[in-house]
Amino acid sequence: MKVTVEITRRPEIADPQGTTIERALRDLGNNEVMSVRVDRVIHLEVDGDDPAVVQSRVEEMCRQVLANPVLEDFSVEVTG
Amino acid sequence: MRTAVVVFPGTNCEQDVAHALTSLGGEVELVWHRETDLTGFDGVVLPGGFAHGDYLRTGAIARFSPVMAEVERMASQGSPVLGICNGFQVLCEAGLLPGALIANRDLAFICRFVDLEVVDNDSILTRSAEIGQRIRIPLNSYEGNWVDPGRTGRIVLRYLDDPNGSQNAAAAVANDGGNVVGVMPHPERGVDELLGSGDGRVLLEGFLHSLVPA
Repeated sequence: MKVTVEITRRPEIADPQGTTIERALRDLGNNEVMSVRVDRVIHLEVDGDDPAVVQSRVEEMCRQVLANPVLEDFSVEVTG
Repeated sequence: MRTAVVVFPGTNCEQDVAHALTSLGGEVELVWHRETDLTGFDGVVLPGGFAHGDYLRTGAIARFSPVMAEVERMASQGSPVLGICNGFQVLCEAGLLPGALIANRDLAFICRFVDLEVVDNDSILTRSAEIGQRIRIPLNSYEGNWVDPGRTGRIVLRYLDDPNGSQNAAAAVANDGGNVVGVMPHPERGVDELLGSGDGRVLLEGFLHSLVPA
């Protein structure tokens, strides 16, 4: 099954990359940009038939290694 | 007294650490990251570099290298465990130190001497130094910006300026017991005045003096 994991940095943790992109966008005249955050998307193919089982296994993998709980939250979407 | 200097794929400061510790009278052995037994070593150093390519996050893959179970054992037994630069990142990922390291505030790779102040000398890195002592050693990192949302980290060295945005200008952080320390600048590159500074010696002497037979 195809699974998409989105790993987002917690709002209270600084995102220097997002801040730099935000500044560049404004410098280019895109003054309506109010904030930019850069996150990480990981695509997995996982052997399994039951979306609920695959979902919970990938969530375990997020807690184990894919996300750092000090900095990041994650969401898992099984797309079929 | 033997110190293991761990080499992950992508580690690149192991020879500097070995040279520095040896020149201060230490006995050092390089240990590959797949080693599963550190019996007979009294302390361990995780040197700088780019362990496992820094993929996913710095230190995220290295923390699962086989040797890390032994590093965790030694940390829990009170043995000196020192992470320098990338080694600091590995120790945070492994949960042996609080917090995490993110990209420098200005997104610049910083490679220059920095001035530090000893703010806590109850740790394996700072025990031979005085509180308030100034230390000048090289910083060489992109992800040296320490964040500690839980505010549980014990800062032992602080930058006089804050070159990378690190929380409370932290340059080195210890666990509660003071036997596990992560330091972002490189004490091992500051052991010879000929190369700009000998200030790192007092830090590595602290590490060597902390070694007791395992």
